[in-house]
Order: sequence, then structure tokens, then C-alpha cells
Amino acid sequence: MSNIPQSLRYSDTHEWAEDLGNGRYRVGITDHAQALLGDLVYAEAPEVGKDLQAGTVCGVLESVKAAADLYAPITGKVLERNEALNDSPQLLNEDPYGKGWIMVVAAEPSAHAELMDATAYAKIAEA
Amino acid sequence: MTKQTALYDWHLAQGARMVDFAGWQMPLQYASQLAEHKAVRESAGFFDVSHMRPLDIAGKDARSLLRHALANDVAKLDAHPGKALYSTMLQTDGGIIDDLIVYYRGGDSYRIVLNAAGAEADTAHLQKLSDQHAWQVTLTKRPDLGILAVQGPEARARVADLLQMPALESLKTFTALEQDGFFIGRTGYTGEDGVEIIAANTLLPELAQRLLTAGIAPAGLAARDSLRLEAGLDLYGQDMDTSVSPYASNLGWTVDLRDSDRDFMGRAGLEAELARGDGPRLVGIALSAGIPRHGYVLEDAAGAPCGVVTSGIFSPSLQCGIGLARVTAPVVAGSILQTAIRGVRKPALVVKPPFWRQGAATFSFTEES
Repeated sequence: MSNIPQSLRYSDTHEWAEDLGNGRYRVGITDHAQALLGDLVYAEAPEVGKDLQAGTVCGVLESVKAAADLYAPITGKVLERNEALNDSPQLLNEDPYGKGWIMVVAAEPSAHAELMDATAYAKIAEA
Repeated sequence: MTKQTALYDWHLAQGARMVDFAGWQMPLQYASQLAEHKAVRESAGFFDVSHMRPLDIAGKDARSLLRHALANDVAKLDAHPGKALYSTMLQTDGGIIDDLIVYYRGGDSYRIVLNAAGAEADTAHLQKLSDQHAWQVTLTKRPDLGILAVQGPEARARVADLLQMPALESLKTFTALEQDGFFIGRTGYTGEDGVEIIAANTLLPELAQRLLTAGIAPAGLAARDSLRLEAGLDLYGQDMDTSVSPYASNLGWTVDLRDSDRDFMGRAGLEAELARGDGPRLVGIALSAGIPRHGYVLEDAAGAPCGVVTSGIFSPSLQCGIGLARVTAPVVAGSILQTAIRGVRKPALVVKPPFWRQGAATFSFTEES
């Protein structure tokens, strides 16, 4: 059973977005996603300043066996990237909602509100 | 309807993530593929490989059947009961039907272990060859048996201790012994020392539990794949299939043409291929930046396509991308090819497999690579 914090909102492509206030949102992949991907060995997040379109590919996550696309859960602009993932991609597995965050995005609150709540996401993750 | 090994419930109890592999429910990984990989490289780990199928072959003409059906020559096993041989089984054109290990059990008795996906068809193929020649051979499928592979530098000593079988300490490589209902071969698919234990399904859950209690952790198919690829070993269905010969699959060493009177399946195709000269080859590639993946195209220095990646991973032991690739013509180790990863060309150093042997890399990157 995967961990799905109530305080976050979720995309159907298995990313979470946390409201940091002032139109800033921290983004990462869910516990369910990291479990499916297996041990991650490489993460490539979009450059700071890049414009993201929700639902489109914005980076890549690679495990030993496979490369998976990283999708933008929300439309906005990249403000910050988690540089710790360069040397320690395993943080995505060990702490997907904490030290394994991927980026901070500037976005409209309405875009965040359109994402799923934990209850709705749980139905997708457990399907 | 997917099949389950005798350890299905045991795997679930260990928290394994199960996947369908060739029609079997198999553990992909338990807690971490990387940890499982590391344990096998540094001490020991064990795999349920009961999806692989033992087939017993006995009778007056068993040797004749195997000398005809296999590209390697089981005559090498004569007078060496217990000895094993790796071989491919070929179509008439030299394309690979399957790869397998054959064990000689003395007298006119052999045991082969087949890949899960091909086991049924392989058995039918062998039966057909036997019938065509009116050979006296009995093929016996062994659904009552399963297989545990215990692999790693400490594996053999630990199993010898656990099963009270000191003879394992002196067991030669590619040799098996049979004792107390266990058929134990010093074989494997990880590039490490170790054993593969064939035993009655009813014995396996207790054996798995004893291994675990002795501190040997289970490892899944994911770690098995990264270990075999570091060891430069082909995976049937991925690095080879019926469209390619052993020469095109880095398996020329398993073809035995020495006895010119031995008319084995595929011989004519292989001899024609040798007469034509250069053909496709399977080589290793290593990338200092980027991870090669199945299907990536390789280009030569001039930018012309010259091959395709058949298996690619991030190597946990080497901490870089490695792969096997089929190139259209031979290329020497040390050459540098290119592959595009998400639109960016990366150098790919050609390496003669294996990539990893006895605790160390077999190659190093140069400035250009």
C-alpha cells in the first residue's frame, strides 16, 4: 500500500504538487511511482526558467533497466531544481515526498486546484 | 493463466513485487534491486529460477539425439558423469531456437535445463527429431522440480555448510553432484561463483527459508538481469533469437565443428555463414555519460548507422551505462561508436564482454570515450 499524503495534490501521471504559498509549488513523484520505477539511478529535471505545460514531458527518470518520462503536473515556470538528485538519485526512492523533491514551479493557484486530491489519486494508484 | 513456482507464497510473504515473465509469476525485486545486486557481487544472494524447466533425456540414443540437436558436442561429456555443457539449439539455417545447459548423468542419461518461454516448443522439437530418426529416447518433463540459484563469492561455501555437503567445496565449475534429493550444479548466470540447486518443489520453501535464516537474501529478476549483463551473458529473446546465429551472438565458442561427421541441426547454415565471412556481431558497449537502452541505434565515426542496442542498463557495479549491441560488421574492442540519447550523441566505447570479472571492470574509458 503506497503512501499518499492528504496535504498534497496529484496528477494522473503520478506526480505530486505541494502548495508553498505565493504561487510556488514544489513537485515530485509519488511513492507509488517510485515503487513502480524501481531503484532510480539518474534524474534529469528541466532547467530553471523553463516553461512547463501540464501533462507534457519535461524530464527523464532512469532506473537500472528503463528510462521513464517525467511529466509536468502543472503549467508554470521552473524556479528551482533539486540539485541533490544529481549525486543522489536514490532520494527519489527513499523519500519521494521529502528530500526526493524534483523542482519548484511558479504556477496559478487555479492550476493547482485542478489537480486531484489524495482520495481521488488513491483510486488511480490502487487500480 | 500464469504459472506459479513452489515459492510463490514465500515471495509474497517476503514483500516481493511480482511480474509476469514468460507466463510465470516471478519476483522482480524484493526491497531494492541495487541492494540485491550488490549482495551477489560481494557475498551471496539467491534466485528462484523455477520458471526454467528441467527435461530428462534418457535411452540408448539420447547421446545421438543431443549430438544432432545441439551446436555444442555432448561427446565432450563422455566419461565425465556430472559434467555440464552450455549450448545453443539451432534451426537448419543456424538461427537460435534456444540456449541451454546439458548435464551428463552417466550411462545414457542427460538432463537439460530450458528457458521458460521455449520449454514446451523445445521439448516438442526434440521429440520430433527423435521420431524422425526412430531413436530410442525418452523425454521426461519434470514439473515436480524447481530451481534455486545461489550466487556470489561466498555462495558455494555457505550452501556446503548449510546442506552439510563438503563435496561442494571441491566441485569443479560446470559440474554437478547429486545427493540427498538435491541436484547441484556449479553454474549460474551472474558472472559470480555459485550453484544452481534443482530439487523437488516440496523441498524448496524450506530451503529458501534456511538460506534466508543463514543470512543469504533473495534477489529478483531485476538484479538477475543487471548481473548477467555485467557478466556479458546473452538473454534469449532479447540478445538472440531465431533470426541470428551463434556467430552473430558472441556465442561462436559454443559451436563445435571439429567432428566433421557430426551432422547437427544448423551446421550447414553456420558453415555457409562462415564461408561468406563477416556478418553481424554482438559486442559490448560502455558509456561514460548516458545509459544505452534496447533499440537505440549505434552510428560509426562517419555518422552512418552500424548497429542496434539489444540490452542496455545502468551498471550498478561499474556506475555507468553498459549494453550489448548487434553491429552489422565486426568492430574491434576499443573503437568508439556513437548513440543518440534523447537527441544528444554520446560516445559508446566498444568492449569485449564481460564488463565485470572477479570484482573489477574489464575496461577503462579513454579521453575520447
